[in-house]
Amino acid sequence: MNKKMQTIEEATILFAGDSGDGSQIIGTQMTEASAIVGNDVATLPDYPAEIRAPAGSLAGISGFQLHFSSENIHTPGDACDVLVAMNPAALKVNLDNLKPNGLLIVNSNNFASRNLKLAGYESNPLEDGSLEKFQVYPVELTRLTREALKDTDLSQREVDRCKNFFAVGMVFWLYNRPMENTLHFIKERYAKKPEYVEANTLALKAGNVYCEATEQFATSYVVEPAEFPPGKYRNVEGNMATAFGLVAASQVSGLQLVYGSYPITPASSILHALANHKEFGVVTMQMEDEIAAIGVAIGAAFSGALGVTGSSGPGLALKSEALNLAMIAELPIVVCNIQRAGPSTGMPTKTEQADLLQMYYGRNGESPVPIIAASRPSDCFDAIYEACRIAVKYMTPVIFMSDLYVAFGAEPWRIPEVSDLAEINVDFRTEEEGFNPYLRDATTLARPWVKPGTPGLEHRIGGLEKADITGNVSYDPENHEQMTHIRSEKVARIADDIPPLEVFGPQKGNLLVVSWGGTFGAVRTAVERKQGNGASVAHTHLRYLNPLPKDLGGILERFNRVLVPELNLGQLKQLIRAEYLIPAEGLNKVQGQPFHVFEVESKIDELLEGEV
Amino acid sequence: MRQETPSQVPGAAPTLTKRDFESDQDVRWCPGCGDYSILAQTQRILPELGIPKEDLVFISGIGCSSRFPYYMDTYGFHTIHGRAPTIAAGVKIANPELSVWVITGDGDALSIGGNHFIHLMRRNLDINVLLFNNRIYGLTKGQYSPTSEQGKVTYSTPMGSIENPFNTISLALASRVSFVARSLDRDSDHLRRIIKAAFEHKGTSFVEIYQNCNVFNDGAFFQYTEKETKADNTVFLEHGEPLVFGKDRDKGIRLNELRPEVVSLTDGKYTVEDLMVHDQFADGPTLAHFFARMTDLPNVPTPVGIFRSFNRPCYEDFMTQQIDAARGTKGQGDLEGLLNAGDTWEIE
Repeated sequence: MNKKMQTIEEATILFAGDSGDGSQIIGTQMTEASAIVGNDVATLPDYPAEIRAPAGSLAGISGFQLHFSSENIHTPGDACDVLVAMNPAALKVNLDNLKPNGLLIVNSNNFASRNLKLAGYESNPLEDGSLEKFQVYPVELTRLTREALKDTDLSQREVDRCKNFFAVGMVFWLYNRPMENTLHFIKERYAKKPEYVEANTLALKAGNVYCEATEQFATSYVVEPAEFPPGKYRNVEGNMATAFGLVAASQVSGLQLVYGSYPITPASSILHALANHKEFGVVTMQMEDEIAAIGVAIGAAFSGALGVTGSSGPGLALKSEALNLAMIAELPIVVCNIQRAGPSTGMPTKTEQADLLQMYYGRNGESPVPIIAASRPSDCFDAIYEACRIAVKYMTPVIFMSDLYVAFGAEPWRIPEVSDLAEINVDFRTEEEGFNPYLRDATTLARPWVKPGTPGLEHRIGGLEKADITGNVSYDPENHEQMTHIRSEKVARIADDIPPLEVFGPQKGNLLVVSWGGTFGAVRTAVERKQGNGASVAHTHLRYLNPLPKDLGGILERFNRVLVPELNLGQLKQLIRAEYLIPAEGLNKVQGQPFHVFEVESKIDELLEGEV
Repeated sequence: MRQETPSQVPGAAPTLTKRDFESDQDVRWCPGCGDYSILAQTQRILPELGIPKEDLVFISGIGCSSRFPYYMDTYGFHTIHGRAPTIAAGVKIANPELSVWVITGDGDALSIGGNHFIHLMRRNLDINVLLFNNRIYGLTKGQYSPTSEQGKVTYSTPMGSIENPFNTISLALASRVSFVARSLDRDSDHLRRIIKAAFEHKGTSFVEIYQNCNVFNDGAFFQYTEKETKADNTVFLEHGEPLVFGKDRDKGIRLNELRPEVVSLTDGKYTVEDLMVHDQFADGPTLAHFFARMTDLPNVPTPVGIFRSFNRPCYEDFMTQQIDAARGTKGQGDLEGLLNAGDTWEIE
């Protein structure tokens, strides 16, 4: 038959099924294939809290959303062009995300009465007309996969587990994706089970051929490569980039990396990634709790290593006393907070950025700690690297913040040249003459870093207030005030060491949108679109939250109104109001989900209404 | 011209004395506190251990005992309540060459830091833990501790504590500690000997030291430490030796079914041959557990000495082995290779 090929700018696909259906695997494969043909990509995995909820239930649905484009994109897309639903529950959970007239591919073999009931459907949506505003493609995925694999020796159960590759084979056809990479992936993944390599390869190819052969699918789509700056690229997830950034900081500084952690969603994959790279001398310690995890980081820093711990909000709550110790002891550690939806246990598999004030203020006493936040998956590399640089240079703990959306999301990353990485100079004190543990560098106010084992420099530090210079225990009232000011001033001076803010769009005018962390993509896209429509709106994004950039105040003054969109109830907004005495306004969302671009656009429209 | 000091072998470390380990800070424990003795015995034994001063790190938590590092002229870190084992683990893993000591108390190690305490011993890092057990909270002024006896009247338990205390040695053994001992603040020779043995053991060494708090819990251990009562209420564990005790060394411990029985060595019924013999290096922990339980039993003496010591690989050695193994198969880490691994593509 005559098949059409149509060029489109972009598409968003959502793969959804039971958590055991392999949606994450095929989503990742489609991402890789799209990146390799040169599209810009952005992803959003959506895990259920349960590892394996009952098959077919609403609670167990796992999704993977992928946005790819021939233009530069910053988000995984607001709504989907294609939904691949492996069962009725997957359909029910995700149908709201599908655009009108969107493509709906369902495994019709799974739409029997039992599964319909589990998903809470009274009647079969494939038959009752409720899906008529979509282009519905019922495909007998289970039967067709069994058919394709009938000559293998696998059990029916094993055969059925290959149907995700049949599905992705179809999607590959639909978007004209090469299969080589996924074939290679299958070979590697099942290297120890050649029969699985064969079966999944057959399923992938069968899905592809099915679309080619059947009249069901008449049109396939082409998304041309996007324009990127020249360089070598790979795909990277946020947590992977974080792990790479830590290894890079360790290698460049020459400091051994000691990573203490306690398993917690969504930070654990940093621990997993680092545990796999012991060839760099990386020590990973899975400790008995969150406190122990930061304890080893502090101990390692005292010994002269790069001590790092990683967790999420609840873990940070537990670490706060130890973090305060690192602050007063002035030891360089890096603490990663991969935020998730709180409060308390909250929604561990959903995203949010509501820990900012916790990181700012969540310690007893005056406890200034620098805070750096990553804006997107690839930015995790640069942001954590910068956190390490500042920690070592200023002898201070530094908090690195990202969030589940950034941590689990993936995008193309221009691989940096090792020689282009910023220097991290480490100067261990060995000179005995004139030594005191709380002497300070005149510029940075950093105290000397001394490795135990250095003769003649034996000294004691601790959590009790220190006398200036000598570091002896001191209850002197004036000394306490002086040391409080010194610690505060030391962190404030970091503002001299950070690049000026970039204002995207007009440098003054009606409206400035200020964002931080993982909302970068949605905010930038919304501002780009509004600017495209001629609106006077600018965007600036904060990587450094503490200290705030020195030029922020001046920039804020140049705009009539300031909007701070956040996935919390207005935490940065509150800091900006307090610091700069301006009536910053908020756009706030706490649904465990990132912003949709249209949400930010509508808020911009609202604020610009009536403005000239 | 520089002159050789004739008494010193060139290249050898200078001989240190107790004074070399004393910092310039005034010691601020209550007069009469048992901590003074533990500090003094530690400072006295350190020169004999042959460790360069700069390689010693004392790490403490919070409590009276945890002031200890300030008085030592070594590297020291006075950390936060209960967390010293975790910080010590970080210090040790980042530099296994250091001699790392944790100074802690019964509240610090067994209450707020109980979790870290058991996991440190399970991991078996080569760290020495000295626990000053005074069965009371001293620094917070006299509340009951996790080793206080049931019924103890304190500020926070005016009608008597309704809790059962830990058996510290049993807890350590259950945590698979590879060296566990008990000593007494008022037995300086024994204390020095035990501290030395703890140092010489490779792996986590745990020493419980009965320590008198003369302000809030005076005399808590006098039955074990004072001349008049000590011999009848303690039995000193010595490897290969029968369990003989008493002022006139006229009593012993015999195994009666699964219970320890105090027998007389003078009434003609039993001789030394009938007594239990200590085996510090026994294969399993059963014997050590048995002796540890004696602490809780009425009418039997409390054991003092090394309950058990055995060798098993240290955490940091395993870690080094894994790093070496990773380098063996993957080669020395190459940052450029790491960043460029996997599927990549070029944009011209």
